[in-house]
Amino acid sequence: MSTPTAPVPAVSARAIRKSYGNNEVLCGIDLEVDAGQVQVIVGPSGSGKSTFLRCINHLERIDSGRLYVEGDLVGYREHRGRLHELRPQEVARQRARTGMVFQHFNLFAHMTVTQNIVEAPRHLRGLTKRDAVELAHGLLQQVGLGDKANAYPAELSGGQQQRVAIARALAMEPRLMLFDEPTSALDPELVGDVLDVMRGLAEGGMTMVVVTHEMAFARDVGDALVVMADGQVIEQGPPRDVLANPATERAAKFLARVH
Amino acid sequence: MLSAASEMSTPTGTPAGGPSGASGDVDEAIRAVPVRHPGRMVAGAVLVLLLVWLAITVAGNEEFDFGVIPDYLFDPVILDGVRLTLVLTVVSMAFGLVIGVVAAIGRLSDNPVLRWTAGAYIWLFRGTPVLVQLVFWFNIGIVFPTLGLTIPFTDVSLFSVESNSVVTPLNAAILGLGLNSGAYIAEIVRAGITSVGRGQVEAASALGLEPRRTMRRIVLPQAIPVAVPPLGNEFVSMLKYSALASVIAVQELLGSVETIYSVNLRTLELLVVASIWYLALTTLFSFLQSLLERRLGRGRSGIATVRARRGRAPRRVRKAVR
Ligand SMILES: Nc1ncnc2c1ncn2[C@@H]1O[C@H](COP(=O)(O)OP(=O)(O)OP(=O)(O)O)[C@@H](O)[C@H]1O
Ligand SMILES: [Mg+2]
Repeated sequence: MSTPTAPVPAVSARAIRKSYGNNEVLCGIDLEVDAGQVQVIVGPSGSGKSTFLRCINHLERIDSGRLYVEGDLVGYREHRGRLHELRPQEVARQRARTGMVFQHFNLFAHMTVTQNIVEAPRHLRGLTKRDAVELAHGLLQQVGLGDKANAYPAELSGGQQQRVAIARALAMEPRLMLFDEPTSALDPELVGDVLDVMRGLAEGGMTMVVVTHEMAFARDVGDALVVMADGQVIEQGPPRDVLANPATERAAKFLARVH
Repeated sequence: MLSAASEMSTPTGTPAGGPSGASGDVDEAIRAVPVRHPGRMVAGAVLVLLLVWLAITVAGNEEFDFGVIPDYLFDPVILDGVRLTLVLTVVSMAFGLVIGVVAAIGRLSDNPVLRWTAGAYIWLFRGTPVLVQLVFWFNIGIVFPTLGLTIPFTDVSLFSVESNSVVTPLNAAILGLGLNSGAYIAEIVRAGITSVGRGQVEAASALGLEPRRTMRRIVLPQAIPVAVPPLGNEFVSMLKYSALASVIAVQELLGSVETIYSVNLRTLELLVVASIWYLALTTLFSFLQSLLERRLGRGRSGIATVRARRGRAPRRVRKAVR
């Protein structure tokens, strides 16, 4: 294990490679996210942003490289120089420490908002029903949906559903939150509410990796901006610098297009 | 021309811009002359005539005695048969449901042993006639006079029983019908499970729920409303297929009817009695099913109804298979 003086990065990716058949989607990604940092990933469609994000909580497995979350190898255990796959329960326990928010919300359609939020913490954090419901109501207040506790997902707008999805992820008290285009499926007038919630989280010190096309959010909230293309990181640095003077022509072209 | 144009532009109380000359007020309820369907009336009349002719022919037939039907409808032997048909159907269906859900989960498992075992079971029991399966189980006692548990490849017996005391006709029928319908139910449940979006499973995994719990808490509750209509269909099929058990000496509805007409030779009349009971049971069950479907659809505004509609596709497929 690491010494307590050197802070462990929240995410550390080294030479990550991943292919689907012959299609190499991640071609050696090196990235580090420090605790408390908001890292924004942008890039053209198909550049591997979602795939990389899903590797971080082992929804996809990597072919080579090493991926650590808070110093722990994701999905494997290293023993005498060999990697051993973790059992499904161990993988689940790892994932519970990381929250993930999807483009299409993926709320459990057969459960009310409250049931969606309490499902995982009741089982995995051993909360009593009362404590879990109280936690859920607090989180709903935080995302501005205190009055929707008993609604079903189908009765909510996209923006409301996404905020419930964020509350659901937060209920596990994750140390790291992953966002995969959280506002891309929303009507423009609903985007602001979701971004406000994310901004509040960032201000509260949450470590976040955010894939998005919202450049204003990247500039104002992000601590680092990463530009991906064709499965590689082609540019990274403080958002204002990257946006003002992209070093590569590819990045410049892409950023000019989304600006 | 000019006068007509000026007449059109005069305000008449109807919204401007619409073509004029339409009769009546726009706000009035529409009272249009409906399209006539002379073909339907002719077809209906022909059908009624045919039915009347059929009734007269049957009534005038000395060999067919309507009076027998009410006499036997509530005969104790028949009522016992109805009861046994219900027991046979419900128990076989429950057995089939358990096997079917297990086989469906097995088919979708990562574990190749489970996947192949479940696949082989479905292949075997869906691919052979249920009548053959019933007779097979009924006769198992001939090949294996005793049933028991021995340590494999040795002669050490842990316990054993006479086949004939365990494989009664009723047990053989439950085994046969249950194993057969389990294979169909597995496919129904599998279709239900796969209708639940991948995103639901991913969200559960991302929260840290284990695969088992994800299946139990997230996937199955959403798969069941999808599976209920085809499962109801399966239950109705089971009610009728249970008549096959009469072949292996089970005194269910058809069997009890047979014992009566083999003596009094009122075959057709007694078959009508049995049919009345089968129709009554299937009608009653269809009603209960619609109540259940409405209950499952409540509180989920939209989703459940969309799902239920999607659930019809496998039902049609399944009918075609059988
Ligand atoms: N399950 C899969 N099977 C096969 N190929 C896949 C799969 N998932 C993604 N890919 C491929 O991997 C590449 C990268 O996909 P990914 O979803 O990571 O891109 P992205 O950067 O998130 O794009 P977008 O901005 O459109 O979401 C694409 O070419 C895609 O076709
Ligand atoms: Mg993506």
